[in-house]
Amino acid sequence: MEKRTDKNSYTILFAIAMVIVVGGLLAFTASALRPKIDNNERLEKQQNILYAMGVNENEGNSAIFVSTKKAPELFKQYIKKQLVIEGDKVSEDDNAYLIDVKKQQTSAKAGNVRKLPLFVGEKDGQTFYIAPIRGKGLWDAVWAYIAMDENMVVQGAYFDHKGETAGLGANIKQRFFMDDFIGEHLKSNGSFKGINISKSNNDPKNEDKTDNEVDAIAGATITGDGVAAMIKSELKQYVPYFENLKKN
Amino acid sequence: MGLLSKKDAALITDPLADNNPITIQVLGICSALAITAELEAAIVMSVSVLFVLAIGNVVISLMRNIIPSKIRIIVQLIVVAALVIIVDQVLKAFAYELSKTLSVFVGLIITNCIIMGRFEAFALANKPWRSFLDGIGNALGYGVILIIVAFFRELLGAGTLLGIPVLGDPIEKTGLYALGYENNGFMIMPPMALIVVGIIIWVQRSRNKALIED
Repeated sequence: MEKRTDKNSYTILFAIAMVIVVGGLLAFTASALRPKIDNNERLEKQQNILYAMGVNENEGNSAIFVSTKKAPELFKQYIKKQLVIEGDKVSEDDNAYLIDVKKQQTSAKAGNVRKLPLFVGEKDGQTFYIAPIRGKGLWDAVWAYIAMDENMVVQGAYFDHKGETAGLGANIKQRFFMDDFIGEHLKSNGSFKGINISKSNNDPKNEDKTDNEVDAIAGATITGDGVAAMIKSELKQYVPYFENLKKN
Repeated sequence: MGLLSKKDAALITDPLADNNPITIQVLGICSALAITAELEAAIVMSVSVLFVLAIGNVVISLMRNIIPSKIRIIVQLIVVAALVIIVDQVLKAFAYELSKTLSVFVGLIITNCIIMGRFEAFALANKPWRSFLDGIGNALGYGVILIIVAFFRELLGAGTLLGIPVLGDPIEKTGLYALGYENNGFMIMPPMALIVVGIIIWVQRSRNKALIED
């Protein structure tokens, strides 16, 4: 005789019940935890921005953020202005750090004017301009917060990724890679050039800061190319702002 | 072992050697290639799989009498995917830092064939307690191989262990590098994981001839 669980009717009912139970469970978890997750993401953005301008608790070779408890307070203390650049218009917005770079990229593709967030920070008398940027790595998104001075010389960088290969592409968030960018020029002879991730720059200690190149990570060519492409296309959009800054 | 009967204890010890999921059952090779370039990632992955496989095995075992056989693979997939996503969400809310380290592995865990393999081969036919032990045993057997492979790949490929330089500084030429030693960049490429696993299989089978298939 056919077993009860082999019947088609049973199979269909089981499938329906399973979908309802699992779907409900996932929806419940997601919505119940949403506010907490959003808050964590907000704090992380603040930590990232502060990290790029050198407000961090780095120890030895590891990159360590300021604690989540201190982040909102330090963010207020160091970030003097949050700007939104829309074409020629520059406005201040205290929630500019919540602008979703990915959404802005998509809307720019549809022909809209992109909102570019820029954070102006001050530390020890020095002014930092920090731009959030986003691009593609090997498997998924890569993003960064790049702190620059008014000449577009990098003062600090924080890279992160969604799913790059552990031990290879994932190493873009290691200090040995991020710190190479400090002091590196984004411009060459007055025009914007970006920073290339090079496998053949013969400068592993990265002593030449005006060659627009940093040393690549072995085994992470595509991630590195993605990072270079992101820097080039994204930071280029900030060039008019920096040129206006010089004029005034 | 006093705590477990002899038969139960074998569920844990067998997968560590003579019935190892990677070297004998040949399951979970894909993740063994993907995340063994450094030791830390291998350890994180082993712990995650331990957790998911033990719990998943229990859940499937509890459901074993009501799962329709025609759609059992889909049911298994849903159970493991739901488990992993719920754990990921909870970590994102309560241990954000940890979740960032783990999120890379979430996709790899869901598609890890060890998990589906053990659900199908063991949990569907055994009681929850034995399934739980089987899950622990197989995850440990998987972890052991992962950690051995990652140890050699990180040491020979990058000259570090857990990110700490152990052979000196390759750029400043100190330690072993002063003698002309160079890191083998090929070790951090995925093919070398396959070769290291191959060497482990060779060593294991030459020590225990009973494992050699005709």
